[in-house]
Amino acid sequence: MAHARSGLTWAFAALVPLLFLGVFFAWPVLAIVHLGLRDGGLLDELTAAGTWELVGFTLGQAAASTVLALVAGLPVAFLLARCQVAGTGFVRAAVMVPFVLPTVVVGLAFRALWPDGGVLPIVLANAFFNVAVVARTVGGLWAHTDRRAEDAARALGASRPRAFASVVLPALLPAIGSAASVVFLFCATSFGVVLVLGGARYRTLETEIYLRTVELFDLSGAAALSLLQFAAVLAVLLLGGLARRRRETALSLRGKADVVRRPTGGEWGVVAAAFAVVLTLLVPVVGLVLRSLSTVDGWSLAGYRALTGTGERGTLAVSGVDAAVNSLRAATDATLLALTIGVFSAVVLVGLRRGRTPWGIGEALDTALMLPLGVSAVTVGFGYLITMDALPGDLRTSPALVPLAQALVVTPLVVRIVLPVLRAVDERLRQAAATLGASPWRVWREVDLPLAGRSLAAAAGFGFVVALGEFGATSFLARPDAPTLPIVIARLMSRPGQLNSQMAYAACAMLMVVTIAAVLLIEKLRVPSSGEF
Amino acid sequence: MLRRVLTAAACLSLVAGCSLSGGGGSTPAEGDHVVTLVTHDSFTAKQETLDAFKASSGITIKQVASGDAGALTNKLVLTKSNPIGDVAFGVDSTFASRALTEGVFAEYASPEATKGAQRYQVDGSNKLHAVDVGDVCLNVDIAGLAAKGVPEPTSYADLVDPKYKDLLVVEDPATSSPGLAFLLGTIGEYGPTSWTEYWTKLKANGVKVVSGWEEAYNQDFSGSAGKGPRPIVVSYASSPSAEIGEDGTPRTKAVLGTCYRQVEYAGVLTGAKNPEDAKKVLDFLLSEQFQADVPEQMYVYPSREGVKLPEAWTKAAPLPTSPRTLPADQVSANREQWVSQWRTLVVG
Repeated sequence: MAHARSGLTWAFAALVPLLFLGVFFAWPVLAIVHLGLRDGGLLDELTAAGTWELVGFTLGQAAASTVLALVAGLPVAFLLARCQVAGTGFVRAAVMVPFVLPTVVVGLAFRALWPDGGVLPIVLANAFFNVAVVARTVGGLWAHTDRRAEDAARALGASRPRAFASVVLPALLPAIGSAASVVFLFCATSFGVVLVLGGARYRTLETEIYLRTVELFDLSGAAALSLLQFAAVLAVLLLGGLARRRRETALSLRGKADVVRRPTGGEWGVVAAAFAVVLTLLVPVVGLVLRSLSTVDGWSLAGYRALTGTGERGTLAVSGVDAAVNSLRAATDATLLALTIGVFSAVVLVGLRRGRTPWGIGEALDTALMLPLGVSAVTVGFGYLITMDALPGDLRTSPALVPLAQALVVTPLVVRIVLPVLRAVDERLRQAAATLGASPWRVWREVDLPLAGRSLAAAAGFGFVVALGEFGATSFLARPDAPTLPIVIARLMSRPGQLNSQMAYAACAMLMVVTIAAVLLIEKLRVPSSGEF
Repeated sequence: MLRRVLTAAACLSLVAGCSLSGGGGSTPAEGDHVVTLVTHDSFTAKQETLDAFKASSGITIKQVASGDAGALTNKLVLTKSNPIGDVAFGVDSTFASRALTEGVFAEYASPEATKGAQRYQVDGSNKLHAVDVGDVCLNVDIAGLAAKGVPEPTSYADLVDPKYKDLLVVEDPATSSPGLAFLLGTIGEYGPTSWTEYWTKLKANGVKVVSGWEEAYNQDFSGSAGKGPRPIVVSYASSPSAEIGEDGTPRTKAVLGTCYRQVEYAGVLTGAKNPEDAKKVLDFLLSEQFQADVPEQMYVYPSREGVKLPEAWTKAAPLPTSPRTLPADQVSANREQWVSQWRTLVVG
């Protein structure tokens, strides 16, 4: 009886995030796809040989990039979650840097190493962006899992790999599954790097949908491809959901002091691998800093000095410094919004599972929250154009749409980071608290929040960084008199002139510094009660 | 339980409220004359010029950037029943036909349009007015070519000469606007059937194709800050004005025999909420004052006659005198087919 009632309450609560998704995602996407399909042509598109090549290449490159990001990200996750080694604070921040870099800049950096582009640099560049997702998502759970089971296995004679495979890995699987599905979606919809590195030869569903929609105005072709993209994404999400299912179980979560220690023996090998990964990530970054300093006539700081101005002959509407401030403002809005929706959704998802709600509504909500990661930004953007004027205040050209659009992308990341930890909270702790007379809110505050505290900080940091680097939605919606740093960089890159080019790279360097500072700061701002545990 | 849900919902709406109000900034007061100007992403204007216009007309221009020329045109078409602005600027000669066929723009005979803009009129109607001209031409790295002991090319035909093997980088016409303009230029030069032979020869002569101008100019071209390996690139007639060395001599040069004319247009949108003020904004875009800023702000040439070019431009980037052109309706009808033919031929 009590179960049934709480199940209903949770089902009702699930309507809040679903409503947000419905208005700002499903409605615009369905409207634009419907508009495209009105003219027919779906069958022609689906039976064209080129279409299936696109699907194959899209999924293939995304799968390869995901595997690579996992292989590179897991040692970093271990380092961040488990090791007391000098430099982890720096690694924690540095690993986030790729995420904010504009894709065109990263594309150019990889093209400097592979001048003719191709599949390998596409896969490497996609993995470069996504190592942080793995390190953060897996590291978030790893930092909370009890070390003693593993130690017991070792004491009983299991080798280090055996203890990892039979004790640690099963506990981490939900987070690994989460990370893998997020990375896969990011790679499947990766646009800028595929365009720069794939040239005319390698195309994905995402780049083709963009071309059809924006350049050719072939809305029916674009709609057919969007449907395919949607189907592929849904299939991947359902597979990922199956893999995660019932794996997210109670673990005995521990605080930092219990799990972090100096590495011993073979663990140093993993630590070395982690540092090697981070150094590799820094190669394109260093290349970019070098470009910000080099001119035809030698080295110069002119690009950095120019950041206080508006570019060669006033290329920009605001100075580089003002743009950085705009970036911080917009990212704060988006992070707060995404954190609120994301944590709320995660709590609802945990509650739905616990309340044994019928109809698989939990799974449905979980999948729905992830969908925005897998659907083309241009589909959503053009969908906004034909729907948002029906809302009060004509949101189509409103800057208020920027944090809303960014929140769509950040929310699933927050859910994926926080949910595994919340689900791992032992139900008995809650029951004990409730028996002692704590209200449900108090139980959440005293039990769940402290245990999930660090993953909340991680989610906030991550969300902030994603919003800082967001370009697609922002470029269409941001006020031209208040551009963010990625927009300023794109503008500078699209102009001739040595100073503009130098300033673009200097602005990238500034974006990186802002990112590192923001991540370090957010790490410090942990939920107070969880700070020291 | 329910209380927890309600608290969270309250937080949600509170935060949403903050970000909405945080976006406001310089919202004009009620009763002001505000005209929304929808533009492509490359639009910039001097603040002083906008302020002067506001002082004389009482109109505040609210700019909305909407992607490149293609994205802008398609957005205008999608929203024509309830336009996202009053005036649009940035539909170029490639996309003009589509915008006109779809009825995006309203007729308006601007008195300013007879001072030079009329030279680039699209279909004889007064719906679109040329604001600027930006020719796409090959750019050469003067020192780079000299170092290889190769003379500067002067025509399309030169490029298939083995002397220029592996020296040219162009943009993909499917993804890049200058890339498309260059392809259209070769079609204008060789005609709608034999252009394919020309490109077959270009391919055999080692032309490199990249997705966008940023890669071609900043990374593959040897005349820019990127110091790439190739001394010939598809760029704009105006680009050399930004590549003048400290001693005042231009480092690069546009090959004036290889230019294709691109014109950017503005017009009052059908269904503009504020058509009378919109007309004044259109007049402003064609006015002497705005036109004088066009070169330095947007790296294009004014459409108005008698507007003085900046010194760096007269020295390094004069307006090409006899560029190739193709009629807008022909481009509109054949573009998709040409681009896909090009893809099969060159990328294949």
